[in-house]
Amino acid sequence: MDKKKNTNEWKRHGVQALWALLTNSYLTGFIYGKIYRGKLKNLCVPGLNCYSCPGAVAACPIGAMQAVIGNWNFKFAFYVAGFFMFIGALIGRFVCGWLCPFGLIQDLLHKIPFPKKCKTFRGDFALRKLKYLILAVFVILLPMFAVDVLGQGAPYFCKLICPAGTLEGGLPLVLLNQSMRNTIGWLYAWKNALLLVTIILSIIIYRPFCKYICPLGAVYSLFNPISVFRYRVDSKKCVGCGVCKEVCQMQVDPVQNANHPECIRCGACKKACPVKAISQTYAAKSTDRIS
Amino acid sequence: MKRPLQSPTTGILIAIAGVLMMGFGIFRGEMSVVLAKAVNICLECIGIG
Repeated sequence: MDKKKNTNEWKRHGVQALWALLTNSYLTGFIYGKIYRGKLKNLCVPGLNCYSCPGAVAACPIGAMQAVIGNWNFKFAFYVAGFFMFIGALIGRFVCGWLCPFGLIQDLLHKIPFPKKCKTFRGDFALRKLKYLILAVFVILLPMFAVDVLGQGAPYFCKLICPAGTLEGGLPLVLLNQSMRNTIGWLYAWKNALLLVTIILSIIIYRPFCKYICPLGAVYSLFNPISVFRYRVDSKKCVGCGVCKEVCQMQVDPVQNANHPECIRCGACKKACPVKAISQTYAAKSTDRIS
Repeated sequence: MKRPLQSPTTGILIAIAGVLMMGFGIFRGEMSVVLAKAVNICLECIGIG
């Protein structure tokens, strides 16, 4: 069973890597320390992918949302909100499991051996509500209301929290540009400290950033219960062995709720089920349980 | 009993509403703000600004 599970994991990592490469295919950017400036950057990618990453060929949706909300001319981002609704309603947090480069990085970090891996802890699920607070405060309210004299708001989540921006954009650009190296200060140090904490925690806990911090995961989690792509449990086949709950690294019990907001649709439960009671479906008339 | 709001039919309707919202956002010029932000190095994002 372990072998099957691992095979599935590496297949998924292959898709994640391919997607990350496709959406960061401006490889010359990594050589010259520049970013892609073409028209594709009108478009958002579904996952968290800093648009200041030298390889990025499209825009980060969380950065894009803050940019529009913080713009003196708009204050609400119909384009990005519509994008979230479209992607979320179709596939929900499948994005987190399969199409997010920062999710892949955390997945790989968690494979590093550590004597005491932490699967869950007291207050784990309560702490997961933090990402909704971060979404509301740092992505929406602060860019909307904490504005300068021109009425422009800063991207507070990117500026103060996002470790993906530091890893994908900050580190390569600063390493490749002498002029940028000369301008780094306390903010750069703060963001690198956050990145270091995220890396260490990712070795011990499975996807800590996705579970507790990520505003994009918070958005997509709201759509998980209604998304067109979904999981389904066949109660007639289910023998109640609990293997699905045991293998879930997001600590979801698919038998209780096959489309839980915390499910990233990695497919581990589906693969592990000894009686194949868990399936995926796209049908509009489907229900979460067959009984 | 399944709650109507949690049915995938709702998902299809929300996806359609999302496309319409994206269209409205593009119509009122939000895409140019996204482009302007994305084609320049975001100093805040990388921890400099």
